[in-house]
Order: sequence, then structure tokens, then C-alpha cells
Amino acid sequence: MTAVGQMFALGLEVLRQLLRRPFQYRELLGQFWFVASVSILPSMLVSIPFGAVIGLELGSLTAQIGAESFDGAASVLAIIQQASPIVTTLIIAGAGGSAICADLGSRTIREEIDAMEVLGVSPVHRLVVPRVLAATSVAVLLNGMVSVVGVAGGYFFNVIMQGGTPGAYVASFAALAQLPDLWVSELKAMIFGFLAGVVASYRGLHPRGGPKGVGDAVNQSVVITFLLLFLVNAVITAVYLRIVPPKGM
Amino acid sequence: MGVQIEVHGLAKSFGRQNIWQDVSLTVPAGELSVLLGPSGTGKSVFLKCLVGLLRPERGRIMVNGVDLCRCTESERYELRKLFGVLFQDGALFGSMTVYDNIAFPLREHTRKTEAEIRRLVNDKMELVGLVGAERKLPGELSGGMRKRAGLARALVLDPEIILCDEPDSGLDPVRTAYLSQLLVDLNAQVDVTILIVTHNISVARTVPDNLGMLYRRRLVGFGPREILLTSEEPVVAQFLGGHRHGPIGMSEETDAAEGTWPSTVPEIVPQLTPSPGLPARQAIQRRQERVRVMLPTLSPAAREHVLANWGVPR
Repeated sequence: MTAVGQMFALGLEVLRQLLRRPFQYRELLGQFWFVASVSILPSMLVSIPFGAVIGLELGSLTAQIGAESFDGAASVLAIIQQASPIVTTLIIAGAGGSAICADLGSRTIREEIDAMEVLGVSPVHRLVVPRVLAATSVAVLLNGMVSVVGVAGGYFFNVIMQGGTPGAYVASFAALAQLPDLWVSELKAMIFGFLAGVVASYRGLHPRGGPKGVGDAVNQSVVITFLLLFLVNAVITAVYLRIVPPKGM
Repeated sequence: MGVQIEVHGLAKSFGRQNIWQDVSLTVPAGELSVLLGPSGTGKSVFLKCLVGLLRPERGRIMVNGVDLCRCTESERYELRKLFGVLFQDGALFGSMTVYDNIAFPLREHTRKTEAEIRRLVNDKMELVGLVGAERKLPGELSGGMRKRAGLARALVLDPEIILCDEPDSGLDPVRTAYLSQLLVDLNAQVDVTILIVTHNISVARTVPDNLGMLYRRRLVGFGPREILLTSEEPVVAQFLGGHRHGPIGMSEETDAAEGTWPSTVPEIVPQLTPSPGLPARQAIQRRQERVRVMLPTLSPAAREHVLANWGVPR
């Protein structure tokens, strides 16, 4: 329970220190590049089958009720609103977050973090803020790419494999999906990316005793992020559906 | 001159486990002090409390008129600029070269140009004997070099207080002697307050003006070196003698509190003096004045030693 509170406190502290000068551009750039480079390829590869599975499932369902022309509408909605932010953050937490956690964890047990604090430099400002910011911005940018690749994957499997009509697939894009779906997708990616960064940093700064503790911390940080992700996703989706009513046909 | 640290009734626990309690001592300004203690008595914890990395449950730590246990975060960061801390393993930043490590505090806290930084860093590297290792990463250094680099980094902002966490661990006796001499020389040159936490007997016997010892969750004593060095208390005598005959056992659990042991007080070794060519330590004068006032309260053995050494009129 204290851990939850401390994690929350770290999140607030990160937001507060975000505004403090001097801003650590170099560290941010390095971290951004690192998180992006480890997550771009895996998230693309994961988003193709994701789009495909949604496309295939929908395809067989819509074929039974004779609504093949709405294949595109449903799969675009599912991918942009749900699948894409989740896939993005799963990869960012798994690839980037674990590395952030391991890096901070080993620094903690080598007393580097203590030394930094004693030298009068806040580790949150110096190390955590750039990492959280990198995870957040990579999540937002990557989310766009994953959406495109996911929709393309869905298109490929629906049109090529199941013999759907290309024109109907594309034309129905806007039947269900609307612009706010895109915004909420990016908002989700932003929040998830932030959470992934904060959780990874928190676990990294508090490993339990020795090198083994760092391994455990990395493991836990990924698991905690995943669990948080689904919880927060459910909440955001519920709120979003209340505020923005689904498009009628 | 350095700054004094006053500690009153400090207590620290981790969960239910009490590390030590009721620790009160004053580290006199500009003097060399050593805090001894068997392994696992919370010496490093004490040091971390002094710089505000850990929060003790009770007690006060006064530095420059500010209580470190109860000050705001910004006050604490401000106070920390007074401290230079040498961590056990040097605690260098693994991703930076030795040069960048030592330059780090300067780049963070001062607006010096790179040329000035280079000059200051080179000075300190020369002081600790690390010339030629600038471009190396901490992972490529030996334990002793890492420690000296850590010391150089701790010194680069000209701190008022230097705290050393086991400067001898992982060093051979000769290197330890050099490091001890370096600390004494530093004190002679800039009159800085130095507190060393260690379990190395030769450091404890040759370096400090003041000596204290932690044992069984308490401070056994802290004061002018003569007090502990002539002490007949079994714990102190055993520890300074470095043998098995006494209350200190293999582990903390087997450490005894009471009992009788033949007391063998090791003789006092003369204190280290600054290297030739350096000014005399001003701390000596100040300490003599302080101890002169305390003289009547000292044990006979300690008093005798003080008088014999200083030629104070009886």
C-alpha cells in the first residue's frame, strides 16, 4: 500500500520537476532514441497479427449476417481505439521500461543515486524526468504508426485472404469511427506511456537488496505496468463512451 | 575552517530492527574524527543519516544551525553542498569517464568555463594520483583507483565537511596508509572537518584527533583519541587489539554485553603528521585548548598520556 502511495508521489514529483530548469535535453534525446529504437520493430510486428486477428474474426462474423461492407468500419474502430495504444505500451513497457528499470536499479545498488543526491543533484530531475518523458512521447508517436500498420494488416487479411471488397473496406472507414476516436487513442497512449515510465523508474529506484533485487524489480515493473494498463484502459474507455456517444449508422 | 556537526539522541530502525539509538556526539570543526565499529553496527547508516539520505526516527543533527532531520527539501539540498562524501565503492557514475565524473559537481553547481573546470579537475586528479586515467570508465579501474576518483569528486567543490565510508575497504595496508596520509594532508591544507567511518584499526590509531565507537546499538564513547585508545573497556580494548578475547563475537547475535576479560590495552601510536612542506595543522591547537578544559574529567591513563605528550604543566 505504501508502494502505491510512493509511486503516486513519484508521478506527481515528475510532473513538478518537469517544469524545472535546466531541462536535461541531452539525457532526453538519448533516452528517446533508445526507447524508440527498441520498440519500433517489435510493435510493428505485433500490430500486424493484431489487425489480422480482428479482421479475420470480424470477417467471418459479418459474412454470416451479410454485413461484409462494414468490415472496415469495425476493424478500424477496434484497432485505433483499443488495440493500438495497448500494443504500443505493452512493447514500451516490455522493451523500454524494463531497460529503464534495470538501468536505474543497478545505479541504485551501486550507490550512484545516493551519490548524486549527496552532490546536490535531484535524481528525479536528472534521470527520471527525461526517461518518463521519453516513454510518453515515444508512446504517442508510436501509437500513430501502430494504428496505420494495424489497419493495413487488417486490410490485407480481409481483402486478400478473405476476398473482401477493397472499395467497401476503405469506404466504410468513417462509418463507425470518428475523429475523437483518434484523439482518445493518442490520449491513452500518452497516459500509458507516462505510467510505464513512472512504474519502471519507481521500481528501479527501490530494488530490494542486491543484484537479485534488480532482476525482481524489472520483472515486477513490467507486470505492474501491464496490470495498470488494462485497469486504466477500462476506466478511460468507459468514461470516453459516456462523453462521446458512438456514431449511429 | 570546516563546520561542526552536532548529533543529539539519534535513533534509527529499519522496520522493527533497531540499528542504534541514543547516539549523541559532536564532530568538532576542522578536526579529524573516526567512528569505529564492528561490521554490521550501522556505521554506514549513521553516515547516510548525516547527509540526509536516511531519516532517523528521533534526534537532531545540527549543521550550520539547521536541523538536517527536520528541514525542507531545498534546505537539505543547500546543506549538502557543504558535504563531500566518499562512498564505499567510490559510487562513480558508470556511464561517465573519470574526468566527467569529477567534473560533474562543477558542471551542475557552478558557471565555470570548461577551461576552469579542466584546471580544477586536473588539480584534484593530481592530488589523488590519478593522472592519466581521465578517459577511463569506472568499470575499467581497480578498486583503489575508483576510491581515489570518488575522493577527487567529493573534493572538487571544496567542501567544509568530508565524510568517508570505509576508505580502507578493498585496499592493501600500504595504499590505506597513503590514503590516511592524504586525508591528514588535506586537513592541514584546508582545515576541513573530516569524519571517517571504518573498522580498520591502524586508521583508527594513527589518523584521528577524535575517536568514537559503535557497539551493540549504542555509542560506546566519542571524544579525544586518548580516551578510547587508553580505555580499559573490554569492547574497545578487544577491538583496538584486534583479537578474539573479549565480548565481540563472530556475528552481531553472539556479541555479549557483560562479562570479564583480561584487559590488554594496546599502547598509543603517535598520530600522523602532515607531509613535509605542508603547514602545521591548525586543528592541533584548537584541540589542545578543548582537551585542556576537559582534562579533569578524563580517566587517569588518558590524562597521563595527554600530559606526557604535550608537556602541559602539571
